[in-house]
Amino acid sequence: MGKTITIRKGYDIKIKSPAEKKITELPFSDIIALKPHNFPTVIPKVVVEVGQEVEAGQALFYDKNNPKIRLPSPVSGEVVGVVRGDKRRILEIRIIPDLETKYVAFTTIDPHEVSRETIVERLLESGCWSYIRQRPYSLIANPDDIPKAIFVSCFDTSPLAPDLGFIIEQERANFQKGLAVLEKLANGHLHISLHAEVGERLSESDFSGISNDKFHHFKGPHPAGNVGIQIHHIAPIQKGEIIWYVHPQDVIIIGRLFTEGRYRADRVIALTGSCVAQPQYFRVMTGQKLRSITNNRLSNSHCRLIQGNILTGKKTTETDFLSFYENQLTAIPEGDQPEFLGWLLPGLNKLSLSRTFFSWLTPNRSYNLNTNNNGEERAFVMTGQYDKVLPMNIYPVHLLKAILAKDIERMEELGIYEVSEEDFALCEFVCTSKIEVQRIIAEGLEYIRREG
Amino acid sequence: MKIAQKLLNSVRPHFKTGGRLEKLHPAFDALETFLFVPGHTTSHGVHVRDAVDLKRTMFTVIIALVPTMLFGMWNVGYQHHLAYGMEAPLMDNFLFGFWKTLPIIIVSYAVGLGVEFIFAIVRNHQVSEGYLVTGLLIPLTMPVTIPLWMVALAAIFCTVLGKEIFGGTGMNFMNPALLARAFLFFAFPAYMSGDIWTDLSPEAGHALVDAYSGATNLVTFDANFAKLPSASDMFWGFEQGSLGETSAFACLIGALILIITGIGSWQIIFSCFAGALLMGLLLNGLAPADIPTHAMHTPAYYHWLMGGFAFGAVYMATDPVSAAQTEKGKWIYGLLIGAFTVVLRVFNPAYPEGVMLSILLMNVFAPLIDHLVVQQHIKNRRKRA
Repeated sequence: MGKTITIRKGYDIKIKSPAEKKITELPFSDIIALKPHNFPTVIPKVVVEVGQEVEAGQALFYDKNNPKIRLPSPVSGEVVGVVRGDKRRILEIRIIPDLETKYVAFTTIDPHEVSRETIVERLLESGCWSYIRQRPYSLIANPDDIPKAIFVSCFDTSPLAPDLGFIIEQERANFQKGLAVLEKLANGHLHISLHAEVGERLSESDFSGISNDKFHHFKGPHPAGNVGIQIHHIAPIQKGEIIWYVHPQDVIIIGRLFTEGRYRADRVIALTGSCVAQPQYFRVMTGQKLRSITNNRLSNSHCRLIQGNILTGKKTTETDFLSFYENQLTAIPEGDQPEFLGWLLPGLNKLSLSRTFFSWLTPNRSYNLNTNNNGEERAFVMTGQYDKVLPMNIYPVHLLKAILAKDIERMEELGIYEVSEEDFALCEFVCTSKIEVQRIIAEGLEYIRREG
Repeated sequence: MKIAQKLLNSVRPHFKTGGRLEKLHPAFDALETFLFVPGHTTSHGVHVRDAVDLKRTMFTVIIALVPTMLFGMWNVGYQHHLAYGMEAPLMDNFLFGFWKTLPIIIVSYAVGLGVEFIFAIVRNHQVSEGYLVTGLLIPLTMPVTIPLWMVALAAIFCTVLGKEIFGGTGMNFMNPALLARAFLFFAFPAYMSGDIWTDLSPEAGHALVDAYSGATNLVTFDANFAKLPSASDMFWGFEQGSLGETSAFACLIGALILIITGIGSWQIIFSCFAGALLMGLLLNGLAPADIPTHAMHTPAYYHWLMGGFAFGAVYMATDPVSAAQTEKGKWIYGLLIGAFTVVLRVFNPAYPEGVMLSILLMNVFAPLIDHLVVQQHIKNRRKRA
């Protein structure tokens, strides 16, 4: 049995409304697109032409920095467009999908019986390597590295997040196969995090073939489900160390590659939020046009559609395509109406970690949160706020100030290699001064990646 | 509110880029954000934000100050009538104090906010909310007889030299309200100590009571602590002093409000009181046994009740910008404030009140305390390897 860890710091944002546990299969949208900017630092070199027929699993572009990294087409069909933006930057590669998908064929392999090199090769060939990301920097992992460990977090505590246990249940065998692949890649140093609460769907008995000491149980509020927090508590990253991580949905896709011999990229995502009439799960294709999912399901026209959750997601519109790593869409109302004397009133309907609004008297209810900034940006004033929601041995404000001062040594001393933007998202949520904390962390990580 | 919205909308074009009042945009913006929480939505990063902002935070501190302010107003009237040997009903005492105190509050806000607006316009940044609290703290640390022009000078001094030259709210390293008081204390000492604590405007047909003494209990305890008012009187506040500081009970209510809402650091408040108590006990132990009235014999808990200690510990020491910013640092900071206050009071007859100087001194040391705490943290992180 691995460790049981209780996370005490953090906060569960009580927002309406989570997805009901039923899955609806959706047909392909008329266009499927892959977006190179889903992969930070990848400089795409497109290897297909407009009009070319491709198969699912065939490379559409590769990374100029590391040509072994290929990004695969999720469907078979005809390439109809390469959409470019400013400075000829590639925004989308669009494909009209075939009704019946044709797959690039690979032989099926049993991960237990082949060498690690074979597994790495197969993953690179099929393009499935792009599902393996690394910390620090959250980039696609470098196949030449040997990681300290590989982490899989089997529960997501973000607001309105999909129940990963429910998703894993749909394809348990493929998930186990994927875990076996990762165990080989990690040379045995695989860590799987489960939620400790009674009643959660998954337990070690669901995973045959993986020894018990690789499972860790976590209890506590968000961000307990963040892989960065789990890494911090089990195998903290020192300077120079690398840890890989894979999302359970992507573990299933890797498992499919080894069981079925093909790259099958459909995923189960959750459509959630108070602007959705009936929040539920959908089985869709990676790169699906969002309108085919949100079509007539939004109950409010003046709402914000987000790829991901309300803390770390990206604002988007219905004409966008499902991003490569996303497992959730959230729709919440835009809060662009000014409120008369809002900061003076009792505020029974306002959610706050502080108890300055009377809403704290009724703790157990959900709020219909909107996108209002609730104030203007100011300098750092209040102290001790961020520490309440960051369960890491890091002084958040001092790290942020070191980043703003571009002091590399200080950033390293204070733990820049251990953090990622999503771990600081709650700090940004509670900030009284409305500072863009995640942006500062992202800039700090980018600076140290280039200069450090 | 629709009327307010319409008015603002009709005037807004003049303040936008290209309008004839373009330079005064920060003033318009301050008024608009005072009346309305703006309809700006999140752009990068999180899509939803906590409802609390700096205005709400400052408003909560003002609510926490209201008990001290109301009691202070009543006490002005009470002390005045007491000095003349008159009995007056509650409302009379309160109204007397209200009309004496209101001009000081108005001058403090008007002058201070005026300075802030000028800086915002000249530097073209938004007016920040810091002065909402400082503007009320300054009057509460003044004696009621202070001339209004001195209050104005103090407000200008503390806003310009205490805050704006460093970059505004969030950038100052000393508590602005205490700077205002310190400025007046050193520039006009005759108006800040001595027989200035009670309003002695003449009452027709009455003369000052014989037993009237202008000394506050801080001066008394230096000479002979047995002559102090009872602990109960000092706790409830029936004594002379600055406008807001006399009632430890009112400060206690304020402390509860600040701690429950999560705005004031309970670590700082608690450690201030603990520091004063511990130093008081230490001095009790070291006190010369042959001088029973020596100030070192003062019961340690009296320090909590005398003078402005409770007020300073609850409202001044907890200013998040000038206090220590690490959690461990806050304990050290508070303990040192409490201890130094007692040391200054007992050993230095020139400064009867030690709290103000003690907090200002610790404001200067807070960055050092934080630096040491962070160095310790960095060593811990390295060892974890």
